Amino acid sequence: MENIIELNEVTKRFGGITALNKASIKVTKGEVVGLIGDNGAGKSTLIKTLVGVYSPDEGDILIRGEKVNAWNALKARESGIETVFQDRALTPQQSIVKNIFMGKELRYPFGFIKEKEQIFEANRLIREIGFTSKLINAESPVGNLSGGERQGVAIARAIYNNAELIVLDEPTNNLSLNETQKVFDFVLNVKKSNRSVLFIGHNIYHVYDISDRFVILDRGEVVHQLNKNDISTPEELMKIMRETIRTH
Amino acid sequence: MSNNNSYLSNYFHRNGRALGSIGYFVLLMVIFFIGAPEAWIRPNLHQSVFVMMPTLIFLTIPLVFLVASGEIDLSFASTYAVAAYVFALLVKNGVDPAICFVLGVFTGAAIGALVGTLIVVFRLSSLVASLGVLFLLRGVILLLTNSRSITIMEVENHWIYPLLVGNFYGFPMQIFWAAIFIIFCYYFFNKHVFGIHIQHVGDNSVSAEQMGINVNSVKIKAFMFVGIGSAIGGIFTTMITYTFFPTQGFGYLLLALAAVFVGGTPYWGGLGTIIGAVFGVGIIAYMEIGIIAIGWSGEWRQFFNGLIILLALLGHRLHGERVR
Repeated sequence: MENIIELNEVTKRFGGITALNKASIKVTKGEVVGLIGDNGAGKSTLIKTLVGVYSPDEGDILIRGEKVNAWNALKARESGIETVFQDRALTPQQSIVKNIFMGKELRYPFGFIKEKEQIFEANRLIREIGFTSKLINAESPVGNLSGGERQGVAIARAIYNNAELIVLDEPTNNLSLNETQKVFDFVLNVKKSNRSVLFIGHNIYHVYDISDRFVILDRGEVVHQLNKNDISTPEELMKIMRETIRTH
Repeated sequence: MSNNNSYLSNYFHRNGRALGSIGYFVLLMVIFFIGAPEAWIRPNLHQSVFVMMPTLIFLTIPLVFLVASGEIDLSFASTYAVAAYVFALLVKNGVDPAICFVLGVFTGAAIGALVGTLIVVFRLSSLVASLGVLFLLRGVILLLTNSRSITIMEVENHWIYPLLVGNFYGFPMQIFWAAIFIIFCYYFFNKHVFGIHIQHVGDNSVSAEQMGINVNSVKIKAFMFVGIGSAIGGIFTTMITYTFFPTQGFGYLLLALAAVFVGGTPYWGGLGTIIGAVFGVGIIAYMEIGIIAIGWSGEWRQFFNGLIILLALLGHRLHGERVR
């Protein structure tokens, strides 16, 4: 399987604090990787390094097997890595289509917008990732959507931006069971389209349900990696996590 | 059926506010018609409204852009006078009026850019900062002119006069320019990257920034647009009366702001309606003239202006609060 991105023994320091210590992680095409760890384990630093907000002090970053120098956010986006942060970067009074195309509108000469094409494309995208309600279409305002559906709009935008890897930062935070299930459905549709997802969460049950592989982070180090096949219940994952963190 | 529902609900989300102000306008017309049918039927009532409306339109519609971007500008009422002053002074000194017009509009844009930059770069409150600029510029004008007006009869013989403010089969030319301005602004706001970015910025500037929109640049351009609109309004009025008055524009300050909000653009940013604003202008202009026409004294004007602003706010509230 092709690796979309690979972090090889990456270290990131802030002053005297080592936030990431020789962390290695890879995401291959079409898989959902769950990143778990306690608060302060380094999840946030790891994601920000992965999406180019931070560049590593040591270690290599490989995109599809090729080493990349001077890693930054622009290179990450050009490599097909899109992040959906917790606040989702949406404008709730505007329509879904305006949000999907925000900052990257399809234009005629002189800056006029190709509205019909945008609406067509937005409708296609939201159906593709699994919006089924007939009450919602591309012209519905985002403010009328539930938390899970808003996550879906942000994911649809990432797909429109040609994402091959979508990084979801705590996408199920503050969501009800029903809404969480919606987000899972969106993620599964992303996976179906042979794109990859890095799913960050501190609810082990959510991460367990959706991921193919788990990466456990503690105090800036990747302390354990395992496949879903290796375990059979979320409790087992929780136990492994506790043990590795205790012995680490 | 449900598809139909979503179509209707989206339609009202997009147009509800404009429809609201159209409703108010129609109501006002009905009241005036019932109150004084013979005055309402006379064409000169509507003619005087048509003389007033274009200036208010040039002032009000750019304000819709700015308010939708999450800012406000009060200084436009002085920019109006500064641009007209530049125009009148240059005409008086023998410069070709067409060139004077262009330079006047540039002056408006430049003042808008300065005000916008001041507010955006130093993160000042746009309400307070533009209030400061309003007084400052007015002071500059009064000092420069010694409070004297400038008469420019010479524009009458230049081709620009009949083109911009002349008479076309009984209709003042500025009505046609205002109509073109409305159509242009409708597309500019709803179908152009500039208008769309303004709505994103006013809705949630952090999100807009994250998605690569240059928030500061969008806001400064919105301030410039207000400056341009004010300049056009000021110069048109100066040409119509052949006179620049150092106090001109002050009277439009509250009327134009009232027209924006009566027109259905909410104060909190992210939303705006050009069509609504046009009817907002209509309501304010008819209010100014209609009160007299139905035989009430001018003292009632401000009372009714205030009443209609409050009623409009209450009415638009039915359309919903801000969604987050």
